[in-house]
Amino acid sequence: MSSYEIYIAYMTIVRKEIQRFMRIWVQTLLPPSITMVLYFIIFGNLIGSRIGQMGGFDYMQFIVPGLIMMSVITNSYGNVVSSFYSTKYQGSLEEMLVSPTPNWVILAGYVTGGVARGLAVGAIVTSLSMFFTQLEIYNLGIIVLVVLMTSILFSLGGFINAVFANSFDDISIIPTFVLTPLTYLGGVFYSIDLLPDFWASASQLNPILYMVNAFRYGILGVSDIAVGYALLVISAFIIGLFSYCMYLLNTGKGIRK
Amino acid sequence: MTRYALQIDQLHKTYDNGFTALKGISLKVQEGDFFALLGPNGAGKSTTLGVVSSLVNKSQGSVKVFGHDLDKELSQAKCLMGVVPQEFNFNMFEKVQDVVVQQAGYYGIARDEALRRTEQLLKQLGLWDKRNEASRTLSGGMKRRLMIARALVHKPKLLILDEPTAGVDIELRRSMWEFLTRINEQGTTIILTTHYLEEAESLCRNIAIIDQGDIIKHSSMRDLLKTLTTEVFVLDLKSPLAQVPEVPGYRLQLVNDTHLEVSITQGQDINGVFARLSDAGIQVTSMRNKTNRLEELFVNLVTSNKTDLQGVSA
Repeated sequence: MSSYEIYIAYMTIVRKEIQRFMRIWVQTLLPPSITMVLYFIIFGNLIGSRIGQMGGFDYMQFIVPGLIMMSVITNSYGNVVSSFYSTKYQGSLEEMLVSPTPNWVILAGYVTGGVARGLAVGAIVTSLSMFFTQLEIYNLGIIVLVVLMTSILFSLGGFINAVFANSFDDISIIPTFVLTPLTYLGGVFYSIDLLPDFWASASQLNPILYMVNAFRYGILGVSDIAVGYALLVISAFIIGLFSYCMYLLNTGKGIRK
Repeated sequence: MTRYALQIDQLHKTYDNGFTALKGISLKVQEGDFFALLGPNGAGKSTTLGVVSSLVNKSQGSVKVFGHDLDKELSQAKCLMGVVPQEFNFNMFEKVQDVVVQQAGYYGIARDEALRRTEQLLKQLGLWDKRNEASRTLSGGMKRRLMIARALVHKPKLLILDEPTAGVDIELRRSMWEFLTRINEQGTTIILTTHYLEEAESLCRNIAIIDQGDIIKHSSMRDLLKTLTTEVFVLDLKSPLAQVPEVPGYRLQLVNDTHLEVSITQGQDINGVFARLSDAGIQVTSMRNKTNRLEELFVNLVTSNKTDLQGVSA
């Protein structure tokens, strides 16, 4: 395939993916918005007003970056895992597998779809947060970079989950038992400075901590982790997961018989 | 020099569970051919086509499509093939038109051109009125035609059809035969698997029969049919008959009082039977083959292959 043909194949997958989540916006865009508004009201307004300050900011201001990241993570992951698994389940994945579209283009197309939904939900949640607190941007470049990298990373994660999934139950196990606990323990609601030394050190094994803190740095200018180190960790995860996805696609594990 | 659309050499496939689906099959399909790959359920037909279309990883052997080895030039080989699988495998929530346009996109065809080709194919296959409907709402026959349109959108030189007329009513089946014959005449090589042997006999020029992972027959349809030593015809009689009339040299048998079975062996002609029946005042209103000729051969070949294998294992 020429590079122009590859571009067309890539855009075909991206268009299909974006049309899919836009067509079912009641399932894909609305629920995370409602969930985050409830977080803002309950944790930010009601409980947050009694907590006072954290990291030098109002509690509401402190948790907003984490909650935005939480919605980006769950939606980019959820988009790819559900879309790719449905494609596999219905057999329509074969449409791509019999075509000359290179494997990396298939992966890039799905990841872009996941990133698009992550960014769309992130933008909606950010807009809604404006009703509850005033957000100031400390470093726009870091914000954009971290959101993009995080959504790429979790889109790749969703892809791997979908490849191994054999039932619809399998695509909810990782989000429920791994992703949600890691997100809650990733410094969304608290600074790890509050934790005893052991748990503060243990938290550093949680990759989500780096994303939440790097993003918080972009908005508030404060972070529990050095931003450069956080970006390095996220990059390492992306390279690792991308390589594994390509291995799965090239060997046909979970995809070809 | 003969050009081959498909060359399969010593193809083996053993699945992860240890089941050997293909035991080293070799097959050649000439460019422009209309080729039938027949076999009982589980014989290895779909596995063979799965390997050719790269949906199944082979264990050993080589596959070439118009000379492009799947191991070395997979992308070129894929561009030359269109695949219509046995099961419906399109996104049931997509619109009919989108299913075809997206497939064109996967082959790098720009959207304007894809829309133009899709319109042309959907019109040819009688689906244009349904273009904006969700594909899940189509009838079974329409879904089959949609998969054919999808497989043809990138203008492949080799079209692989895995039981394309399964569950399709006879009228629609015949219109699909006409369509496939037309595209074959225009130069597309077609490989077909089917359980309707009448379909294979009327459409295909060459044939391979696969059974238990081995090719047990590979020849032209004409040569294969020549090997049929006996044909059985059923004659419909105008008036009821009490006993079988005597016709020297022919084997006759009453099915019921108005249907007579006549066995004709190679070298005999049926005129002699008609002459004797006419002399005896027996009027024949119509005649048909008891079973499809290819069906007869197919059953004989598969049965003798099973007997041979049982002999070997014993």
